[in-house]
Amino acid sequence: MSSKSDVKLIDSKGKRLDGRKPDELRKIKIEAGVLHRAEGSCYLEWGGNKVLAAVYGPREALPRHTQNPLRAIVNARYNMAAFSVEDRKRPGPDRRSVEISKVISEALEKVILTEKFPRASIDVSIEVLDAEAGTRCAGLTAAGVALADAGIPMKDIPVACAAGKIDGKVVLDLGKEEDNFGDADLPVAISPRTGEILLLQMDGHLTLEEFDEAFDLAIKGCHVVSDIQKKAIEDKYKSVLEVE
Amino acid sequence: MPVVASLKRDYLSKLAEQGKRADGRKFDEYRKIEIETDVVSRAEGSAKVKIGNTQVIVGIKMDVGEPYLDSPNSGVLTTAAEFIPMASPDFESGPPQKDAIELARVVDRGIRESQIIDVEKLCIEPADKENKGKVWVIFIDIHILDYDGNLFDAASLAALAALFTAKVPAKRFELGEDHPLPLRDPPISCTSVKFNDVVVFDPSLDEEEIADARLTVATDKNGHIRAMQKGLNGSFTKEEIKKVIKASIDNGKELRKILHKSVGK
Repeated sequence: MSSKSDVKLIDSKGKRLDGRKPDELRKIKIEAGVLHRAEGSCYLEWGGNKVLAAVYGPREALPRHTQNPLRAIVNARYNMAAFSVEDRKRPGPDRRSVEISKVISEALEKVILTEKFPRASIDVSIEVLDAEAGTRCAGLTAAGVALADAGIPMKDIPVACAAGKIDGKVVLDLGKEEDNFGDADLPVAISPRTGEILLLQMDGHLTLEEFDEAFDLAIKGCHVVSDIQKKAIEDKYKSVLEVE
Repeated sequence: MPVVASLKRDYLSKLAEQGKRADGRKFDEYRKIEIETDVVSRAEGSAKVKIGNTQVIVGIKMDVGEPYLDSPNSGVLTTAAEFIPMASPDFESGPPQKDAIELARVVDRGIRESQIIDVEKLCIEPADKENKGKVWVIFIDIHILDYDGNLFDAASLAALAALFTAKVPAKRFELGEDHPLPLRDPPISCTSVKFNDVVVFDPSLDEEEIADARLTVATDKNGHIRAMQKGLNGSFTKEEIKKVIKASIDNGKELRKILHKSVGK
């Protein structure tokens, strides 16, 4: 969050740089079952973000010392393609992607019925092909659909959405400039059925009141995205029925 | 050989004896090829190629850098491939494995040695005694998304389609207007594998798994050979190689048409 006061992020009519209202999401498109090899997969476009998620497992966790005799481990791997950002990123994991992988793994683990698969691993591969702010929310949301597509037993389909603060105002789902020049970013993932918070991060500066407002807004956003997730899964099975 | 592979070998060999393949193709026939360009807006050029169920995405990034000492007037080309765990249950994360490096080098060679990129036109300021020089550096990054065989052809097609639609981001570096890359007509790679004395083109994953030998032949529009790579621990006879080259020229013509159509030139 580098604040730069000369960039106006909200105009006099209350519209944002890309014409959105404060509580408006970017356009989201989700498609389930897009890969052949993976057991479950999902392609997701969220504004200018393009993300693929694939699921393998449950399968024997390797190396063996990572196995848990009581339950499965969940390994999410968030990775950005070298060409997904303005200046080419060196391929392979960096500290940022390792951290994001960790918090996403933990969020997914909460909803997956891991106790059904002792000593197994459930591997979730998240590839960011095109990045425009909010890739971790996009990645986690895609992972939720891919897990459902893979038939992994879950209590719920996890979903994520961010809220933030720009030009002193709380808004939903920060875009690229808003992320770069805004005042705060608050990505949240929830289990939409129970409302449990699965992931929460914040950077920037929020008052208590602003936090409450942003938090509520992010959760509202999650529920909207959750409906798009469910529709994507429904659509896949509809198309399967039509073929047979 | 693992049990499953040996069962597959029996099955596919029996089919081959009757002149058939598991998915009903002829020996020299390709699966359906789809090329989609400009799929990544952040990249200077990009393309997604599907050959059957195999999916590969290639993104091109460009930057301004220094030329190599031995070619002070030439742009720099770098090709890397990632076999990400998404694409196959057998791919692991970590530094590039031998297969990924071979793939990147074969694709790189097809582009570099065939001189489809006019690298001297990528020079901004030539290097001399006082000056290290300034040239365009082109990064070709190959991402395997779904692995069902024949990565060589999918990756080289995707790299070519991405190059043909790429824009040099001159404006971003205050070097004038964005412009397309200076390119010549490309050679097209065709890959075949041999098992039980049968040679099949565009191998599926099952066919690759039981293959004894693999051969990639890149040919240009004049029907001349521009690059080759033999892989795996089996062997070809001289006659087989000649037959494969001939079929590669024919298949190359078809693939070239698909490529030109997808990039609109």
